[in-house]
Amino acid sequence: MIHKYQLNGYNICLDVHSGAVHVLDDTAYDVLDYCDENMKKEAPAKMLDELSSKYSRDDLLETYEALYELYEMGQLFSPDDYEQFADLMTKAPVKSMCINISHDCNLRCEYCFAAKGDFGQGRCLMSLETAKKAIDFIIANSGTRHNLEVDFFGGEPLMNFDVVKQTVEYARSIEKQHNKNFRFTITTNGLLLDDEKTDFINREMNNVVMSLDGRKEVNDKLRVTPNGKGCYDIIVPKYQKLVSKRGDKDYYIRGTFTTYSKDFTADVLHMKELGFEQLSIEPVVSDPKLDYSIKEADLPMVFSEYERLAKTLIEMRKRGEYFNFFHFMIDLDQGPCAIKRLRGCGCGNEYVAVTPQGDIYPCHQFVGEEKFKMGNLNDGTFDQDMKLRFARANVYSKTNCRNCWAKFYCSGGCNANNYQYEGDILKSHKVGCELEKKRLECAIMIKAALADYQDEQKSTCDSGDCFVECR
Amino acid sequence: MKATKHIKTLNSANLKESAVKGGCGECQASCQSACKTSCTVANQKCEK
Repeated sequence: MIHKYQLNGYNICLDVHSGAVHVLDDTAYDVLDYCDENMKKEAPAKMLDELSSKYSRDDLLETYEALYELYEMGQLFSPDDYEQFADLMTKAPVKSMCINISHDCNLRCEYCFAAKGDFGQGRCLMSLETAKKAIDFIIANSGTRHNLEVDFFGGEPLMNFDVVKQTVEYARSIEKQHNKNFRFTITTNGLLLDDEKTDFINREMNNVVMSLDGRKEVNDKLRVTPNGKGCYDIIVPKYQKLVSKRGDKDYYIRGTFTTYSKDFTADVLHMKELGFEQLSIEPVVSDPKLDYSIKEADLPMVFSEYERLAKTLIEMRKRGEYFNFFHFMIDLDQGPCAIKRLRGCGCGNEYVAVTPQGDIYPCHQFVGEEKFKMGNLNDGTFDQDMKLRFARANVYSKTNCRNCWAKFYCSGGCNANNYQYEGDILKSHKVGCELEKKRLECAIMIKAALADYQDEQKSTCDSGDCFVECR
Repeated sequence: MKATKHIKTLNSANLKESAVKGGCGECQASCQSACKTSCTVANQKCEK
């Protein structure tokens, strides 16, 4: 299977099952229409005939030969050999956990998927006792996995920061004896950040995700305090301070775009102007009936905006200005292995979420969906049948994914979105899929454009020092 | 990167090879990095 498309002046062909990405001239792009899984060495007469008015015969023969060579090398129309691996990792240990340390929040963001902080379960904080049980659970269920990821999430985790600190301390005190390495992350709205919390986060958290939707008017329209005031002026200086003291450790400034901010390139650039470089802005996940939801009718405009953002990123890189956009990150050579790509985030199997009550769910987005409750930390229950059900949700068991060109990049999409908006974890969420595919097309095009620029620089410079690729 | 007159290939196309060597399970769960609401796996790092 291939996916060919044109974007920003580039003709691109992705060979889905080898992962090869080819940038084609116009001749090759047209000749490719006459190639398929059963290529023959001899150029098809139909192609020579139909394209003869556009290109010379020699050119067509030469181009076909080059494409055939890729076919022979397994880089064009390569077969799908991966279904045999689909059962690998179905018995995977649990190695990632989202600890909902707070089911309370000091903001009332209009679009919050967590029902404005309490996941519809009443406002409460997790006790240290329950948090310790969560740490014990992941150690006990992680088998031989060495790296364990724990994200403090909510609600707003800083509202229960003492328990966050004590939980980290507890995990650190026992990780060596179990041969584990905890990697902590925290997702915060920033309101309660102070010097002490900032220093703790910068010391202990491998990654920190800070919520900000971009421009003040965009952020403050939906990210509001209980009395309806915007939070931009409070949080931005706190984030700037945290990032200035963070060194080279990972962080993200993470925003949400809605139908009110379909011009989100301006929000990305605003974040960059504020001094941030690691950026993510994501489409709102919400009921299509709501005014701010991204609906199918909005897709053409959102696609244009992704293209605009991609072109902006390229131009800025060429000028030596850097920012990283999470959804345009793609590693064409050293990315995740094919096994990982079969089932994505691993929710309900390698990844679970726990609530202040000790309930275990497949992920943070399933919290509150009673039928997806997998067990409880207090009574030791953990539904292995449901774990297996999620483990078997892969790009081959999801019918819309099997023949999709993007299957090894999104890996079957978000099971929670599938359930919430399509009624079945195995049914792809259409709007989510379309957005993902567009982002991937842009991400690959960026690689093509930067490779092009690199070639141009090399031809005019001998220092070998003009590399503008991702840092 | 390999280039001919008509085609430039940007990568080494090693997905099949990665299937044979892969599956160690040590890499990050994609939702733990920044997204929390959508899924992109191809931007995760391999731990090997």
